[in-house]
Amino acid sequence: MKKHLMGVICGLLNGLFGSGGGIAAVPMLESSGIEPRKSHATSVAFIFILSTATTISYLLGDKLDFNMAAAYIPYGIIGAVIGAFFLKKVPNSVLRRIFGAVMLAAAIRIFLK
Amino acid sequence: MEIIIGLLSGIAASMGFGGGFILIIYLTAFAGVEQITAQGVNLLFFLPTALVSLVIHQKNKLIQWKKLLYLIPGGLLGIAVGTWLSSNIQTDFLQKLFASLLIFVGTKEIFHKNSEKHLTKQKQSNIIKTLKCDDREKSS
Repeated sequence: MKKHLMGVICGLLNGLFGSGGGIAAVPMLESSGIEPRKSHATSVAFIFILSTATTISYLLGDKLDFNMAAAYIPYGIIGAVIGAFFLKKVPNSVLRRIFGAVMLAAAIRIFLK
Repeated sequence: MEIIIGLLSGIAASMGFGGGFILIIYLTAFAGVEQITAQGVNLLFFLPTALVSLVIHQKNKLIQWKKLLYLIPGGLLGIAVGTWLSSNIQTDFLQKLFASLLIFVGTKEIFHKNSEKHLTKQKQSNIIKTLKCDDREKSS
């Protein structure tokens, strides 16, 4: 039951924000005893499935701008290769703290806008 | 700028750090794109990016497919509710909600316990517990 509920929360975030499912999925997977690197990789697989579903529903709601996305995708793919390589090497704890700081800065920016 | 943001978002997405939230922040706060449009761009961006990183993660045997199966039905239900909500609330409010989520998770990430160290401690205490039980059985 707990597992299903966790799935619902990830889906809710993914559908509502078009992202953020991974933010919930990683700590969730870690709390079920999977080591951090595997949790991160597994969350990408889970969010990929969720994002496919969300993209279809956005497509039906006519909320997609393909041209804008196309400008970023080639560089995103290069970044994905770099990121997947680093996931094997970099200590996770430092990364998570850096990531947290970036998130807080972004949130403050939005509220001050 | 597209190059830098694309690269950074790709790296974050592939490491399972909440996908391309960097992309959404950039698009809404700097490029003046509406929240809902930015979310759609992020989804389109994430799919090919994630696919590439999944191939590499799979090669490194990092993906736990069994654990995934349990999460999918609930996940799909959540998506139905989430997308319905996203198209029924104002995009400014949606952005504020997004920022609130960032504050919550950002704070949690900054002050997190090192989970690898935490796990080994847990294992140690489990071993101690089993040893104690063994002793009790012997003495009785």
